[in-house]
Amino acid sequence: MNALDSVPELAGLRRVALWAAVSGVLATLAGALFDPTQFFRSYLMAWVYWGGVALGCLGLLMVYHLTGGGWGVAIRRLLEAAAGTLPAAAVLFVPLLFGLGALYAWTDRAAVLADHVLSQKAAYLNVPFFIARTALYFVVWLALAHFLDRWSRRQDETAEAWPGERMKRLSGGGLVVYGLAMTFAAFDWIMSLEPHWFSTIFGMIFIADSALGALAFVLVISYLLARGGAFGRVLAPPILNDLGNLLLAFVMVYAYVSFSQLLIIWSANLPEEITWYLHRVEGGWQLLANALAIFYFAVPFMVLLSRGNKRQPRRLALIAGGVLAARLLSVFFLIGPAFYRRGLGAHWLDVAALVGLGGVWVALFVWRLSSRPLLAQGDPELAPALARKH
Amino acid sequence: MAHEDPHAPRLYGLVAEFDSPDALVAAGRRAVQEGYRDLDAYTPFPIEALHEAMGFDRTRVPLVVLIGAITGAVAGYGLQYWASTIAYPLNVGGRPLHSWPAFIVPTFETTVLFAALAAVFGMLALNRLPQPYHPIFNTPRFALASRDRFFLAIEARDPKFDLVATRRFLESFTPREVTEVEE
Repeated sequence: MNALDSVPELAGLRRVALWAAVSGVLATLAGALFDPTQFFRSYLMAWVYWGGVALGCLGLLMVYHLTGGGWGVAIRRLLEAAAGTLPAAAVLFVPLLFGLGALYAWTDRAAVLADHVLSQKAAYLNVPFFIARTALYFVVWLALAHFLDRWSRRQDETAEAWPGERMKRLSGGGLVVYGLAMTFAAFDWIMSLEPHWFSTIFGMIFIADSALGALAFVLVISYLLARGGAFGRVLAPPILNDLGNLLLAFVMVYAYVSFSQLLIIWSANLPEEITWYLHRVEGGWQLLANALAIFYFAVPFMVLLSRGNKRQPRRLALIAGGVLAARLLSVFFLIGPAFYRRGLGAHWLDVAALVGLGGVWVALFVWRLSSRPLLAQGDPELAPALARKH
Repeated sequence: MAHEDPHAPRLYGLVAEFDSPDALVAAGRRAVQEGYRDLDAYTPFPIEALHEAMGFDRTRVPLVVLIGAITGAVAGYGLQYWASTIAYPLNVGGRPLHSWPAFIVPTFETTVLFAALAAVFGMLALNRLPQPYHPIFNTPRFALASRDRFFLAIEARDPKFDLVATRRFLESFTPREVTEVEE
């Protein structure tokens, strides 16, 4: 069986991904030999970027199973393929566990004992508990992805309704557990980079960011796929309009939760909270903050208001591509200032790790996507989506 | 036509009554293709295909809403800016007088408020509502338009309107009935 049976359109993308994987991984490994600390930092950012897309897709998939609707049946297989990369993404997370000392200040015992706040937090922020929690998050995500995948395959084989019912029921409770796992993962992996700082809404920011990245990624891929055929018929202008509105909603949710955090911390102006923002409005970082506000909120918000932009596949894909690119800024904004303390900066390894991990992940995604038909034959939403007249 | 009785009721148009939304959409699409412009459809529930078939998508309400939203944003932000920097410059916790983060939430609220008001009143104005009298209600059984019937009206003021030809056109879609409705 040809590896690209159901998605010959993605042969080019796969070739690019494989080249990116080979060159990026080689460059990253070379960099890791010379500068292990920088390797771990760059690799964390790359993982949060690509792993966030995969995790966001799992969340969107559960939202679809819970709500149904024509918007979801079109992109369902893409979400499933991305969620199917999570076991590999979990394996790709393992290298980071060897670099906790390079990443997190709270791993330094002497520094923790000398610092009152950090010694108070030591019961939570310590290496064994961190690893145990990370393992638990992955158990939750992998279990959700596993059962959704299994019942989705059963749904294709049988005409009975039970697999759909089970996916719906799992997704209801699953989203709650998913949200908790995402929240604490954001606290552990990203927020604890600056261990004095805390923000309870930070998990929501990570969830919104991941969902936005996931939807943008899926829209770009579905544009590459939708050149005619049944898939293109399902992804008709009204559905694109819905997906564009969803993208607009996520753009606004991200801005909303990010601004909520800013407003509360800015109003209180407490030393242990405001420092996080002070690192991000000084030393050149304010450029990144402004670029984030413009390219991750203002521009996509404005262009997504227009109905014409949402109904036109090419334009929507361009906007989604822009959002996907702007998400680099958001991940860098959340993580970068923790590492580059002397002002706005970046290392070539940041790019290499992003390209290498991205290549590996996209290749995995294409492989997962090609293993099943592009449209979910067993999905009760499919028939009405195909029958719709335009 | 000078010899016409000025008090005699004038013709509003022809109204066709359909059993199914599909027949209405087909008739509506064809009517637009034939060049009819002064026509309207009445259905018990929104039919998405009808909007596209009859070109109802071209509405100016979004523009009105956008103007309302921009007005609300400028007015809301401007009010706060004026109040806290010009009219009552108070030092609150040592913050600058022009503290933009604090202004964002009320600005958002006024934006939404003005946009919503613009949407409601803009829609009413563009529909020329409220309208105490409308001849379409002279159509027999028109109350069923909010239950299970689908009506298509072609108005007499349409340049292409011709009592005989338009009636024949509407009847070709096998409606239950085509009625002449008076003003």
